[in-house]
Amino acid sequence: MTVATKSKPARQSSGTGMRFVGGVANYLDERTSISTAVKALGRKIFPDHWSFMLGEIALYSFVIILLSGTFLTLFYDPSMTEVHYDGSYVPLKGIHMSAAYSSTLNITFDIRGGLLMRQVHHWAALLFVAAIGLHMLRVFFTGAFRKPREINWVVGFLLFIMAMAEGFTGYSLPDDLLSGNGLRIIDGMIKAVPGAGLWISYLLFGGEFPGDDVIPRLYMLHIMLLPAIVIALIAVHLVLLIVNKHTQFAGPGRTEENVVGSPILAVFAAKAGGFFFLVFGVTMLIASLVTINPIWSYGPYDPSPVSAGTQPDWYIGFADGMLRLIPSGWEFEVLGGTLSLNLIVPIVVLMVFLGLVAFYPFFEAWVTGDKREHHIAERPRNAPTRTAIGAAGVAFYAVLWAAASSDLIATHFRTTIEGVILTLQILLIVGPFIAFWLTKKMALALQRKDREVVLHGYESSRIVRLPGGEYREIHTPLDDFEKWRLVSFDEFEPIVLRPNDRGRITLSARAKASVSKFYFEDRIAPVTKPELESASQH
Amino acid sequence: MATYPRRGRRHPLAAIALLLIGLFASGGAYALFTGTATAADTVPPAAQVENGKALFAANCASCHGLSAEGTAAGPSLVGVGALAVEFQVGTGRMPMAGSGPQAEKKPVQFAQDEIDAMAAWVATLAPGPGLPDNRFLSGGNESNGAELFRVNCAMCHNVAGAGGALTEGKFAPNLHDIDPVHIYAAMVTGPQNMPVFSDMNITPEEKRDIIAYLKWMDENGSVGGLDLGALGPVSEGLFVWIFALGGLVAITIWLTAKSN
Repeated sequence: MTVATKSKPARQSSGTGMRFVGGVANYLDERTSISTAVKALGRKIFPDHWSFMLGEIALYSFVIILLSGTFLTLFYDPSMTEVHYDGSYVPLKGIHMSAAYSSTLNITFDIRGGLLMRQVHHWAALLFVAAIGLHMLRVFFTGAFRKPREINWVVGFLLFIMAMAEGFTGYSLPDDLLSGNGLRIIDGMIKAVPGAGLWISYLLFGGEFPGDDVIPRLYMLHIMLLPAIVIALIAVHLVLLIVNKHTQFAGPGRTEENVVGSPILAVFAAKAGGFFFLVFGVTMLIASLVTINPIWSYGPYDPSPVSAGTQPDWYIGFADGMLRLIPSGWEFEVLGGTLSLNLIVPIVVLMVFLGLVAFYPFFEAWVTGDKREHHIAERPRNAPTRTAIGAAGVAFYAVLWAAASSDLIATHFRTTIEGVILTLQILLIVGPFIAFWLTKKMALALQRKDREVVLHGYESSRIVRLPGGEYREIHTPLDDFEKWRLVSFDEFEPIVLRPNDRGRITLSARAKASVSKFYFEDRIAPVTKPELESASQH
Repeated sequence: MATYPRRGRRHPLAAIALLLIGLFASGGAYALFTGTATAADTVPPAAQVENGKALFAANCASCHGLSAEGTAAGPSLVGVGALAVEFQVGTGRMPMAGSGPQAEKKPVQFAQDEIDAMAAWVATLAPGPGLPDNRFLSGGNESNGAELFRVNCAMCHNVAGAGGALTEGKFAPNLHDIDPVHIYAAMVTGPQNMPVFSDMNITPEEKRDIIAYLKWMDENGSVGGLDLGALGPVSEGLFVWIFALGGLVAITIWLTAKSN
């Protein structure tokens, strides 16, 4: 009804266009009561900061993936039936291959727009996971995972895992040599599971690897089950985003109780819609100019050849890197079976790493004991220990990631592959500590600088001689807007270890106190009100 | 103006004779320059062998020994054949610029007739593989070659011929734009760390197919746009982070920038 009444004055002043819109809106509203939802959602406020748009990149690239993927399903044949290739690509003419590979070649060479759509799909997929990764880093380093957003962090983490699973299943579908090699590595990892490995592998591949079941099964996962899970998780993620509201950076007029920004209707919707087309445009531009996954030059999958320089897509690279960094010879015969620690240890390390990422918000909440809601995003420097932990995690991941291209590093930088591996093995262990230490130092130094600037202003490099003969540099004070940004942040102090009401100090209290000390022992106190006032006196 | 008595000074068939002479000269020169590949079975003239021996003594003997018997610095070349010399010297790998994990390709140091002379001399030391017949260097079936390449070559040279790493700083070079004789020679003589693919293993016809596939890849560029070095997912991943995501982050900063 709201929409209908609103359209009345418009009807008098404008022509049939507005009358038509009003009519349609009224028709819809009378049948669905949609205006209530539009009114509520339309007034939703979104704050403006470039880093808040990274999740949008992920969302829009997922839309691009859905659109281009739908095109590909029209022509792709998920079958491992053997055929002789008879398409336009000369170096594969007459070669035995699976129908899956042959149909992918046909999409590439014989279906109009097929190669472009394949490249759009694959580039958008790489972009999807990359944007999720960057979005996660933004959320982590600004503390946007704190109460009430811990659950949404976990939902986002699951999306990250699902995106990797989507990527890997899709990467395998063309049944080319490169992806077949990747699938073989997965098969090896599954078989390394003590006891059950062989059975799980036979179950997945329908017999001995590679069999002729795995492609249809991966196809089912790739186009049905996994997308359904991803869409459901995205829905939950967005609903929670609306329920929790978006975080914002500190600034004048921005409090824990409000959100300052633009409403969805029409400013934010227009911006977001425009941004969708920008993401689409960038993806199309790259897909039309740059090759991705040239499966035709890889040839059909055959278990015997393994190509040099075989790598997975970037988001699986960290797992491949872990396999490359494990020292050789970690295999033992136990009870007549082989215990492949060279595969089990990487699997365990990766699971622990991902587990730490998933549960970090709960860990930090336990350490701080902070039960308040946080809607103001923190600047990374104002949480030095968390930022340093994040940097250590990034360093660990980066070393694994680099290790996945150890052979290319060796050939392109003219060095030995053994040297690259050894360096990365050392860096994997030492690197996170260096990153932690450096980042924490930098964060504390930046905080100290902020404090200095707030209290004494910027050095203007103008030196004045006072009547008494003294020389002094003039400091330019900050304006209040700038000052607000620099002084408003929370301060935590290490928990003091106290006996509980039964007069005992429990083990968990001790643990908590020591972790709390680790987090908050080194800190720069925020500028206090009296300090500010006394600073403004002179 | 009086006309010159041209018809009296030049025979009517002079033009045809000139044309014939020109054709024979250029054809002969062509045969002289390219004929080395077919000259494998013919006995080299003694002067060429002598010349080769002198060149070898001046440029190669410090490592390989005066009669190519080998020293601590370089292996014996007795029995390596003319084809090995053609490969090593014809691609610039020999003489080596310095000792390292392996001899690397560099600008060729000798003229082709000098290389031929050294090859002729080395071939007189003991029987060894000679230059292949020209019919094994062109033509051939690309798809058979591609399959043979995947089975026999891709594990070191990469499935797209982009090259790959070996142990201790050695590497398998990329295979773009390589002279067919040198591709053939590499398979027959197994230079550096490469295994020998004898005619029992890969027949000369199959070698021709592999050459045909590599040449097909040289002549037909990447169909999907820039190939990013044909290095596969690593360069694609770097590209997506730096250019796709980097570009989009730049756009987000632009979108949220406050207007001046």
